[in-house]
Amino acid sequence: MSTTARKSAKRASNKQFDDAQLTKFYEDMLLIRRFEEKAGQLYGMGLIGGFCHLYIGQEAVVVGIQHELETGKDSVITGYRDHGHMLATGMDPDGVMAELTGREGGYSKGKGGSMHMFSTEKRFFGGHGIVAAQVALGGGLAFAHKYNDDGGIAVAYYGDGAANQGQVAETMNMASLWQLPILFVCENNRYAMGTSNERAAAVTDYAARGKPYGIPGARVDGMDVEAMATEAAKAVKHVRSGKGPFVLEAMTYRYRGHSMSDPAKYRTKEEVQKYRTEQDPIERLREKLLERGLIDEAGLKAIDKDVKAIVAKSADFAQASPEPALEELYTDVYLTA
Amino acid sequence: MGIDILMPALSPTMEEGTLAKWLVKEGDPVSSGDIIAEIETDKATMEVEAVDEGVVAKLMVAEGTEGVAVNAVIAVLAEEGEDASAAAAKVSSGAAPEPVSEETPQAPPEAPAEPTPAPAAAKAVIEVAQPEPEWDGAMVETTVREALRDAMAEEMRNDDRVFLMGEEVAEYQGAYKVSQGLLDEFGARRVIDTPITEYGFAGIGTGAAMAGLRPIVEFMTFNFAMQAIDHIINSAAKTLYMSGGAIKSPIVFRGPNGAAARVAAQHSQCYAAWYSHVPGLKVVSPYSAADAKGLLKSAIRDPNPVVFLENELIYGQKFDVPDSDDWTVPIGKAKVVRQGTDVTITAFSIMVGKALEAAKMLEAQGISAEVIDLRTIRPLDTETILQSVRKTNRLVTAEEGWGQSGVGAEIAMRVMEQAFDYLDAPVARVAAEDVPLPYAANLEQLALPGADEIVSAARAVTYTEA
Repeated sequence: MSTTARKSAKRASNKQFDDAQLTKFYEDMLLIRRFEEKAGQLYGMGLIGGFCHLYIGQEAVVVGIQHELETGKDSVITGYRDHGHMLATGMDPDGVMAELTGREGGYSKGKGGSMHMFSTEKRFFGGHGIVAAQVALGGGLAFAHKYNDDGGIAVAYYGDGAANQGQVAETMNMASLWQLPILFVCENNRYAMGTSNERAAAVTDYAARGKPYGIPGARVDGMDVEAMATEAAKAVKHVRSGKGPFVLEAMTYRYRGHSMSDPAKYRTKEEVQKYRTEQDPIERLREKLLERGLIDEAGLKAIDKDVKAIVAKSADFAQASPEPALEELYTDVYLTA
Repeated sequence: MGIDILMPALSPTMEEGTLAKWLVKEGDPVSSGDIIAEIETDKATMEVEAVDEGVVAKLMVAEGTEGVAVNAVIAVLAEEGEDASAAAAKVSSGAAPEPVSEETPQAPPEAPAEPTPAPAAAKAVIEVAQPEPEWDGAMVETTVREALRDAMAEEMRNDDRVFLMGEEVAEYQGAYKVSQGLLDEFGARRVIDTPITEYGFAGIGTGAAMAGLRPIVEFMTFNFAMQAIDHIINSAAKTLYMSGGAIKSPIVFRGPNGAAARVAAQHSQCYAAWYSHVPGLKVVSPYSAADAKGLLKSAIRDPNPVVFLENELIYGQKFDVPDSDDWTVPIGKAKVVRQGTDVTITAFSIMVGKALEAAKMLEAQGISAEVIDLRTIRPLDTETILQSVRKTNRLVTAEEGWGQSGVGAEIAMRVMEQAFDYLDAPVARVAAEDVPLPYAANLEQLALPGADEIVSAARAVTYTEA
């Protein structure tokens, strides 16, 4: 399936991105990769608890899409594999890592954890732990954009597993009926936890799931950030112009297990290895950057060093930040009028 | 100075594991993401990835070693430009998989020596509700149905963020005609017919609230809100807390609740106890038209998610309602609707009418009953109940839902905790029979609690049983 799916992904010629944009893609993807590796390490040390879903392998998807959005104007919402989305919307790595360690300095003051962080400033609406809940909530964000006529759009990210939830279909129906400005982004990493697409869906063409509701869709190589950004640009333009929703299916792959405690027995090591060596979005862009002479090894090394410093700082902050005060147990249950 | 690689935990509960296999050897260069080892627990085999780059200076734990403690140093990396042998030499020779050496840069999280008691004073989260302002102006006779509509219309006039969505709320003018006229006045932007898709539109409503709007989501009946309960609880009620206060969900979920007439079990359930279980939600269930209007206005203005439980059978009942478009009733405040001295009866929604009827019957039998309309189920106005019980020393709770884990069970518990010495008899609960509601007229009547059952309970707690 790995190759057939990829072959069927769009192979249209990419939009032209300038040197600075390409380098930025590289930096943004690398930040997510290194951040997630560090999170995995802190988890291993017992500093992060509970569920922790890493985004390693899927970086090109969110980086490509976010590049085409207007941060602070457009709204973004996703499920539980959300650290990459937070970083890509420009949220502070310190606050994200400190939420992972359950500390006061975390985005949710340590009360949400890995799956529940938000930023009203960046219009990032979480971080949701119930599979596909974010799609209906995303419909509500789009509803508000239309209601307020503010020109913004909503992007709802969800996985191939969530795609089978009834509320995704319900939301697509209403979003199309009401012509809501929403981009549905299905991050197809081929496994809903341990169940492959083929074992979960009668038809695995998730880009076509909007069709019955009159919503156009496209499949894109989610391991190629330029292709991602190219298709995102078209999709965002469609949605922003008032033509209603769009479904973008990003063909991607997660290298790690579903969560930290998943031994990933449902797929072969060879399969994972093949993606890592042949499809890795960061490696592919790195080669392109060198090939096109946009950067040299020293330049790449400098980026690597900067990214590492950001991640190291976030890890230090996440360990130095105190646990929330005991009084916090009782705050934020209700707002006073 | 070398970088220690520690034995990772694969799950929150893992304490030790087996180092099954090394995939690198001393002297190998590694970079971030490289798989360097496999470890096993009783549940799983997992790969260990390098987080840093460098050269493997020393493998501290031999392949196949069992019982390696989490956070023990399993290998040392020499950083770029560092002499691998020097890094290895820093490691004390023959080091067994001892947990966490002095050199370990990051210690495991400290467990507090003993649990610190939570501060008791911080517990009061909900503001104390003030009684509604006295109204001595004109009154207008209004049905509950019209009162609800007026509340929505007035709030929609006041605040453009307020909108109504639900099945048949617009063009059909409301399945129970509660939203009659709203489409004409406010248009299709603000009065929105939805498809029959409760989970979806409850989610869209909640998302719109998170984005700053003030949705009123109507369920044709609360029975159908079971399809949407995930968004009511997991999305609307919990997100303020989970976001550390960042994301608000000012939304009203409203519609008829409880039994109607001859519609059988799936369409005849009371959800007051269900929603009142959930911190983060407010739950309101009025009886009179004045309370319906005043409380719905408060609910729409409230910054928290509010579940507003109405009752189809009283939509057509008329009550005097203050003639004002700014008069509200505070959420969280019960009301003594009949004064009495011998027994307290608590009720909400349609059961208030039955409790008042019972009180009249009791009066004829020489028993003076005080009737409290709870109006709000969460936050529950315990104080008003306690004040009454301290006076009457006897309590009957009445509700249309099932008794188990019901509103009456909660009230009885609170009274036992806080007014035990005032009770002269065990608290009696009046509730539906413990069966799904039957269709047949005689069985339905038998299953639902009425004034007679309240009278019997009151006579039992006053030891005046016939």
